[in-house]
Amino acid sequence: MARSLQAISRIKMFFAEVGELAYFAGRFFKVGFKPPFEFKEFLRQCYNMGNRSLVLVLVTGFIIGLVLTLQSRPTLIEFGAVSWMPNMVGISIVRELGPVITALVCAGRIASGIGAELGSMRVTEQIDAMEVSGTNPFKYLVVTRIMATTLMLPILVILGDAVALYGSALVENFKGNVSFQLYFNTVFDALSYGDLIPATIKSFFFGFAIGLVGCFKGYYSKKGTAGVGTAANTAVVFTSMLLFIIDFVAVFISDIFYEL
Amino acid sequence: MITQEKQIGTQIDQNDSSNAIIDIKDLRKSFGDNHVLNGFNMKLFKGENLVVMGKSGSGKSVMIKCLVGLMKPDSGQIRVMGKDIIELDQEELDTLRADIGFLFQGSALYDSMTVRENLEFPMRRHKDKLGEISDTTPYVLEALESVGLEHTMDLMPEELSGGMKRRVALARAIILRPKIIFYDEPTSGLDPITSKEIIGLMRNIQKKYGTSSLIITHDVDCARVISERMILLVDGINYAEGTFEELIKSEDSKVQAFFKK
Repeated sequence: MARSLQAISRIKMFFAEVGELAYFAGRFFKVGFKPPFEFKEFLRQCYNMGNRSLVLVLVTGFIIGLVLTLQSRPTLIEFGAVSWMPNMVGISIVRELGPVITALVCAGRIASGIGAELGSMRVTEQIDAMEVSGTNPFKYLVVTRIMATTLMLPILVILGDAVALYGSALVENFKGNVSFQLYFNTVFDALSYGDLIPATIKSFFFGFAIGLVGCFKGYYSKKGTAGVGTAANTAVVFTSMLLFIIDFVAVFISDIFYEL
Repeated sequence: MITQEKQIGTQIDQNDSSNAIIDIKDLRKSFGDNHVLNGFNMKLFKGENLVVMGKSGSGKSVMIKCLVGLMKPDSGQIRVMGKDIIELDQEELDTLRADIGFLFQGSALYDSMTVRENLEFPMRRHKDKLGEISDTTPYVLEALESVGLEHTMDLMPEELSGGMKRRVALARAIILRPKIIFYDEPTSGLDPITSKEIIGLMRNIQKKYGTSSLIITHDVDCARVISERMILLVDGINYAEGTFEELIKSEDSKVQAFFKK
């Protein structure tokens, strides 16, 4: 009985948090597009987020490209379909793996960073100090960060995809004697706008989710310094879950368009 | 020495309500079943140093946050410089805040900004208050000179000691030449020598800029040196009020509890 009550209470808390997150997102749209705009802080955040995550995204993308090709080769050879390798790798990376893996890496790197940074600012009263000095902290801290992640994630996804394809091409070049030119020509022939556009739109939503959850968890951080750690941790967990939900919805919608 | 300071301080007519720069009436604030403020009343007069003392969790910080609009009270009236804080819209509140300096308990310097940027931050929103400014450097330098830290302009907060951070925060609080400064536990977490330095700076700043000060503290030494009048906050109400000398002589056990070491 006690366990059931505890479970119900947890479910209630979860939905309450989802509601608060939706309200937070609503506040972003209400405040975010009204002047004055914090361009300088927005650019600083773009630089910080892009710069801080770039190496991680590139290394991850490169390894994913390498591993995917190495793992797929034996099976494709078995079916005499190794010439389909660039098509298969290209489509899977551009449509799904590139955006999702880049977003997950950024969720770990950026969402936790934002959660910890804003959480620490909340705990040390820096957010209050900002408000007292006449600056809207939501606009200065939250809007700039959400906009920066929304804009930077698609750029990181494109770079990650490029490096992943390069990693795959490298394996094909070593193992299958396929030239880089032939490999990339085949990849680009296989890709259509129908692959690129949904993936890019999806990346914007991933970026928005990363910024939104990171800011939400940090901005309302409680319980002192312990709360900062919790904010960073739950930001990653919540963002990762949200990314998969967005991915499912995006794939579902794009699938409807493919069928039309 | 204390008597001398009191003679130097501004003479205050406490019956003259029009002289009150802050007027709080019947302020109430609860968090669930926890009734933090239960009808708190307070007046701060022009040029006065008023100390509000209370135990941890007695609602001092809640009261000061209500005063600057960081928290909404459940009921009551707060008039700051003649304006009802609760009735003001965001724009009016921000304009009013230009006349209020706030020294936070933990200094609250922005970690990602240099000392200079920390001091320039309040000027972004309130540029018009200081007239046409093409270069903020003289203002930043003057504020830093007031706290003896002009050499720290390009340092990051992490490069400063606790006492230096508090002094930079004080410089940030005075950069807009406010009429009122709120001090939330100005000496907490500092060693006795640094505490004395901060108290000295608070007095110098009051003399230099003619500000009114509301000091929230539980540091008896700070209260003794800086206060012209004191309010003891107990159970959410102003339990006792008077000068330091009057209160320390009180035989009320709750008042005595504040001064026992």
